[in-house]
Amino acid sequence: MRRLARGLSRWLLLAVLVIVWELVTRAAGSAFFPPPSTIVRRMHAMWFSGPPDRLFFTDLAVENILPSLGRMAGGLAGGAGAGILLGLALGLSARAYDYLDGVLQFLRAIPPPALVTVFLVVFGFGLRMQLAFIMFSVVWPVLLNTADGARAVEPLYLDTGRTFRLSRRERVMRIVLPAALPKIFAGLRLALSLSLIVTVFAELLPGTTNGIGFQLTVAYSMFNLPAMWAGIVLLGILGYLLNELFLVVERRVLGWHHARETAGA
Amino acid sequence: MNTPALARSPLARPRSYRWARRVTGALAFIALVELAGRAGLAEFMPPASEILQRAGALLLDPAFRAHAGTSMLAWAIGLAIAALVAVPLGVLFGSFPLLDAATRAIMEFLRPIPSVALIPLVALLIGTGLQHRIALVIYAAVWPILYNTMYGMHDVDPVAKESLRSYGFSRPAVLWWVSLPSAAPFIMTGFRLATGVALILTVSTEIVAGRGEGIGVFIYFAGIAVPARMDDILAGVVWVGLFGVLVNALLVAAERRLFRWHLARTGGGA
Repeated sequence: MRRLARGLSRWLLLAVLVIVWELVTRAAGSAFFPPPSTIVRRMHAMWFSGPPDRLFFTDLAVENILPSLGRMAGGLAGGAGAGILLGLALGLSARAYDYLDGVLQFLRAIPPPALVTVFLVVFGFGLRMQLAFIMFSVVWPVLLNTADGARAVEPLYLDTGRTFRLSRRERVMRIVLPAALPKIFAGLRLALSLSLIVTVFAELLPGTTNGIGFQLTVAYSMFNLPAMWAGIVLLGILGYLLNELFLVVERRVLGWHHARETAGA
Repeated sequence: MNTPALARSPLARPRSYRWARRVTGALAFIALVELAGRAGLAEFMPPASEILQRAGALLLDPAFRAHAGTSMLAWAIGLAIAALVAVPLGVLFGSFPLLDAATRAIMEFLRPIPSVALIPLVALLIGTGLQHRIALVIYAAVWPILYNTMYGMHDVDPVAKESLRSYGFSRPAVLWWVSLPSAAPFIMTGFRLATGVALILTVSTEIVAGRGEGIGVFIYFAGIAVPARMDDILAGVVWVGLFGVLVNALLVAAERRLFRWHLARTGGGA
């Protein structure tokens, strides 16, 4: 009940905020800061005024929002999968971790956009380059968090597993992986927001032909400020929704962990 | 938690031993890049010796130094302003829950916006010079500092605060003597995270804007040259990466030194 009230008051505050924003921008009348009503109308006209049988999505939405989300999902899945696998392998061997720690810290410290030209040269413009770039960007937080989680597994659990003659594979799947999950999810959450950022970044580069970032560039070159704001608001909403979705999944998967934490505390 | 685990933990091994392995690993990595380049395995990969040689030569090149200097300037100014904005705000929101509740909606609305999506808009608003990068660095670097400061303020021991209050200390005094020192390690962690984010935004903005001076501009032009100057790109990347590692290592060392008491309290975690 209290949670409901808190959620309600939050939305109420947001509504007040949007109204204030509307009034201020109308009074100011600046071309650079269109009122929210103009932005929403533009969003509707651009993306959500399609036929009902297509859930009101316009061609523009299908041609730009879907490719963006697809690239992001593909890159995130590939990068996260590789990060978890490599992270587990690295976390299981203290020696491998020692040897690779320095190299990994260096690779992680490189801002991914600095390497985008490398991917451009290797893959040329297009989907392959974008996917490889997104994967490379998101792999590090997942890899390093997974390795940390796998390293911190209670040795007693592993010894117990050995006593019960679990094979190495079983120990990894039944002991190490579950124990590392909270850390893995922390890394995945970083990777999620990073993947949206690098997807948009890749789409802002010349040579892109579709995507939300591409629409931002088009709006920029035509000095179309409402369209630019529409793109930014759309990305904000997408970011918010993706994060909420992630939290739901995390609560499901890590329910046992949180239950144990509160019980133990 | 349990002492037997410590004896087997890799943390328990002597530091020099770990350093030796780290250096060996780094040398092996460099050797691998060298081999890949020489064997032509990766068609576009110059050997490590060439990249490192180029990186060394660039350090003496005034044009490259100007690029790097401009980037570092934007990075530092943006970070400084972000910290000056975010720390007081975080302390304010952390001290007055009502204010926190009132502004939470704004923050939750702004935070999910991917910072790079603002690059074109900010370019239209204020042009593509140094101010462009600084503005975007500020926007991206504010969040980790703000959230960590607020978290640190919530983490302050209420008993300590109440005790000082009951001895008649004023609210500002309690803030100065209890809350701020207690939140300091969190603020520092937030700042360290922000340095990495700021570096990403500096380079991204430079690459998208694609003009003026900056390490991102340097890398971008090396990339679109025909044929692409791969050794220049990778040498630039080496410098950016080393800069990031160095800043991070310095801040971690500073955290360890300044907040030893905090690490002792939290068991050295995080």
